[in-house]
Amino acid sequence: MSKSYYDPSDLRKFGNITEWNEELGGKFFDYYKKVFEEGALTAREKSLIALAVSHVVKCPYCIDAYTQDGLQRGITKEEMMEAVHAGAAIESGATLVHSVQMMNKYKKLSM
Amino acid sequence: MLLKSLKKRENELANAKRQLELLSGGVFETGELPKFSAQLEALKQLPLRPKTLEILQINVGYMCNQVCAHCHVDAGPDRKEIMTRETMQQCLDIIKETGAHTLDLTGGAPEMNPEFRWFIEEASQIGVKDFIVRSNLTIITANKKYYDLPNFFKEHNIHVISSMPHWTKGKTDQQRGNGVFNASIKALKMLNAVGYGMPESKLKLDLVYNPSGAFLPSDQRALESDFKKVLFSDFDIQFHQLFSITNLPISRFLDYLIASDNYEDYMYSLVEAFNPAAVHSVMCTNTLSVSWDGWLYDCDFNQMLELKVNSPSKHISEFNKEALENRTICVSQHCYGCTAGAGSSCQGTVT
Repeated sequence: MSKSYYDPSDLRKFGNITEWNEELGGKFFDYYKKVFEEGALTAREKSLIALAVSHVVKCPYCIDAYTQDGLQRGITKEEMMEAVHAGAAIESGATLVHSVQMMNKYKKLSM
Repeated sequence: MLLKSLKKRENELANAKRQLELLSGGVFETGELPKFSAQLEALKQLPLRPKTLEILQINVGYMCNQVCAHCHVDAGPDRKEIMTRETMQQCLDIIKETGAHTLDLTGGAPEMNPEFRWFIEEASQIGVKDFIVRSNLTIITANKKYYDLPNFFKEHNIHVISSMPHWTKGKTDQQRGNGVFNASIKALKMLNAVGYGMPESKLKLDLVYNPSGAFLPSDQRALESDFKKVLFSDFDIQFHQLFSITNLPISRFLDYLIASDNYEDYMYSLVEAFNPAAVHSVMCTNTLSVSWDGWLYDCDFNQMLELKVNSPSKHISEFNKEALENRTICVSQHCYGCTAGAGSSCQGTVT
């Protein structure tokens, strides 16, 4: 066993999760594959969304995977960083919008 | 930025045997990853055999004005291997006999061979259907004596295929050297100006895309559409097709993979992307590669690994169509590069 919670080479073993539950694992990978196919959004746009979400959910495997995927699609580093900022802005906005609750509570409790 | 070839630097990877040892060692020796021949065996495709010969690819020399970081030829200004007129004559003598419909000149920068124009003039009279010159573009702007190349190509109805790793300056120069992007743009404009690459033009201008790093190319059509959009909107440049080519783990690209600690991950990516459908149309089944000194190989990559054809007819001077048709193709782990994803060849994807 590795002494670290994250091992980059574990990403290659992702598919192995079906060994312990073939049906659910299989359904997940079918769904995953379908989601990233070209649709109303291009595969390129979906790759950038996935990269932004990878950062928001702070998944190191996903960040490795979608940085590589972006490079393969010819996505530039400027586009990648803008996508990460879009994700970060939503994440910080989600924190900040809760401050309205703080303000409401503050006002309610104060004379 | 690289200035000298591996050979000039006496790097161990300039040695083909050492490269083949590396490609058979590590994760392939431990069995962590299957060898390429094992994949073929599972598909009942071992030994791999050629089909009808369609493309004769002639490497007229390893000299080049560029020293690209990913070059599988280890080409550069310091390489002195150049095809002589005598060997060119031997090639001319057998082109018809091969029955190949495509003649594909590569290098190095083929234009730097002093006999290049003579060879084009002679070979264009043979009447092959498609006569390709693989031009690195910058050679056209490198020196006054090359400025008329676009017109020279046009006169001989040459199909020009040129390298262009990205539509941004940063990524292009990173792979191919400082100033390459601007010079390539200038050369593409010169080619467009004489009619190359224009929508209805018969003067074919195609671009080759190689990833500039340790990753595989993505969908060829999507990349082509991105390249077309940006090159036209930013530079008014037009071209016909984009061929996406996977970097094979040999020579300078292998050196880069090892030095950047990407070798194992890259081999994993190639093996994971192994596509049995690509095996059927892999380019070594319809191509023969001739080296500057006249030896015959299954492909340009095997030429660089010094894996001569497995046939009694090993040299252009003893060309024997039947013996070559009956040969078996030499494979090693670098072959995974041609079977990954949609497959890869000098003509782009194969599936």
